[in-house]
Amino acid sequence: MSSQPALPAGLRLDAHKTAPLQHPLRVAPAPHVAVLALDQGSGEAAEPTVAVGTRVGVGTSIARAAGHAATDLHSPVAGVVVEVAVRSTVAGVGLCISIENDATDARDPALMPVDWRALDGVTLLDRLRGAGIAGLGGAAFPAAGKLTLARASAVAHLVLNGAECEPWICCDDALMRERAADVVLGGQVMLAACGATRCTIAVEDDKPEAAAAIAAAIAAAQDDRVELVELPAIYPLGAERQLIEAVTGREVPHDALPPAIGVVCQNVGTAAAVARFVCTGEPVVSRIVTVTGHGVAFPGNLEVRIGTPITELVAACGGYQGDPARLIVGGAMTGRSLSSDLVPTTKGVNCIVAATLADLASRDPEMPCIRCGDCAAACPARLLPQQLHRAAQIDDRDALARLGLAACIECGCCDYVCPSQIPLTARFHAARLRMQLHDAERHRAAEARERFDRHERRLAEQAEAERLAFEAARRRARGTGPT
Amino acid sequence: MSGATLLPAVGLAAGLAAAIGAALGWAASRLRPDADSLVEQIDALLPQTQCGQCRYPGCRPYAEAIATGTADIDRCPPGGEATVHALAALLGREPRPVDPQFGSTKPRQVAVVDEERCIGCALCLPACPVDAIVGAPRFMHTVIEAQCTGCELCLAPCPVDCIELRPAADLPA
Repeated sequence: MSSQPALPAGLRLDAHKTAPLQHPLRVAPAPHVAVLALDQGSGEAAEPTVAVGTRVGVGTSIARAAGHAATDLHSPVAGVVVEVAVRSTVAGVGLCISIENDATDARDPALMPVDWRALDGVTLLDRLRGAGIAGLGGAAFPAAGKLTLARASAVAHLVLNGAECEPWICCDDALMRERAADVVLGGQVMLAACGATRCTIAVEDDKPEAAAAIAAAIAAAQDDRVELVELPAIYPLGAERQLIEAVTGREVPHDALPPAIGVVCQNVGTAAAVARFVCTGEPVVSRIVTVTGHGVAFPGNLEVRIGTPITELVAACGGYQGDPARLIVGGAMTGRSLSSDLVPTTKGVNCIVAATLADLASRDPEMPCIRCGDCAAACPARLLPQQLHRAAQIDDRDALARLGLAACIECGCCDYVCPSQIPLTARFHAARLRMQLHDAERHRAAEARERFDRHERRLAEQAEAERLAFEAARRRARGTGPT
Repeated sequence: MSGATLLPAVGLAAGLAAAIGAALGWAASRLRPDADSLVEQIDALLPQTQCGQCRYPGCRPYAEAIATGTADIDRCPPGGEATVHALAALLGREPRPVDPQFGSTKPRQVAVVDEERCIGCALCLPACPVDAIVGAPRFMHTVIEAQCTGCELCLAPCPVDCIELRPAADLPA
């Protein structure tokens, strides 16, 4: 353990994490019908490999990743595929595979433990890809993709993110307390997969039990490549770029990915999923979810099969109590509110907050910016939110790009400190969407212009060919042309 | 003041005027604003719908007309207010609303062929400025949504009126 530089900025927030951590991890009942969204939260859907009527076991592959941001999907229950259709999901709507649970929990017989020490890194990466290992911190980006890039860039340092800085979320804390050995083993497997030589497990100092468990697991593993670092609990330390800076003291360039400075970052939950896969052969079919907020009777951390409807998670925690005003997926700062509790859990769902009015910070009407600069002092990405806000108000795209809108991690710190209650993060998100829309439109226009040019050229060539043919025919008719 | 003292002053002034005039004339011919690059810049701001509502046969001819000053910047309904503002900023002019005689601004739309009614006449194929309609004589035609600019130029040639325009918002992007 060593003392580390803290963040350049950030906030100390009320953690709201004690209630779910009073009880050990519980296993939520398996759903009667598991609904697997083909987009598990990364924004890109996998392609189904099963059809209605296909019989599957626990861990049978049901969808394959086609693009680089999707992950393979596996059945979390044994049973029969009953529907492949568009349904509401956490992200909006999307294609989902529904599997009726026959309650046998029969495992796919093909699942075998992986002798990872005997495999070379590239084969190991392939196996991890096939196991659907996704970033369980919330982004659900395929772990194998990040590790492959890390291998190609010859990174030396793997950082396991156990910071979990956001209020309400404590699934990683519960995981590290109870399954620290899995986290350490997962770190070792990922070291072998990406070729790094050093693994740092970063934990915030408000989680002493988790840190003690990790330290004990490292001692038991007798691997001097793995170390524990305790960092001050400052939001948003758990954001990838901010954590890497706090751990290594080096900043990831805004226009590059962490491998550019020789680092790759994974969540501790992802590491535990890797460990489970190599030990039992089981792909990602479950994850730990925090169910909390004063609107739920018994807050806790649950091990949940992917595809379980959120209403069943709430039911497993004693159901709603009081008057829940809003259901939030994710934490208090970056979470999204859900319009329905019938949507299924995905690999990217780390926390469900059933918030009562008392849990939600009240917000006064927005006032004009007084240019106090508090937002700039709080911004962990070192941006100037008040300047960005001015540019966003008049939609000045050049200024937004120059001021670094792309580097905004939408953590909400500027919103939180703004004395004028300006919803800055929402404005920046909207500005980013407008930029994307504008870029897409310009791209479409450029393609249309190219097609128009080709169309005109072709019509001109056709007209010329017809004229020549006509003249040749006329010469033939007059008997003067070549016959 | 005598003519003899006035003469050098007049000569100097005339000489200066001639020299400056020559320098400016040379600069104007050598450092002429690049008309082509201005047309490119204007063309890049136009929506490339190629609909001809501006009464020019495509976006580029309209861009050329704006660059030479023969057309105003208010003739592009598909581009709407945003395009007029962008053009005004580029050319240093006052923005103004799109002239309604050239049409009204609508949300992006795409053409859809009613496949039951299409007789495969192929008349819409050359009419489409961006080759977004696929088909052949006596075969059913269809529109590639992603490439359709919603210019409406395929509506008039269709003898059975089997093409209609639908808002692009209803279709996946």
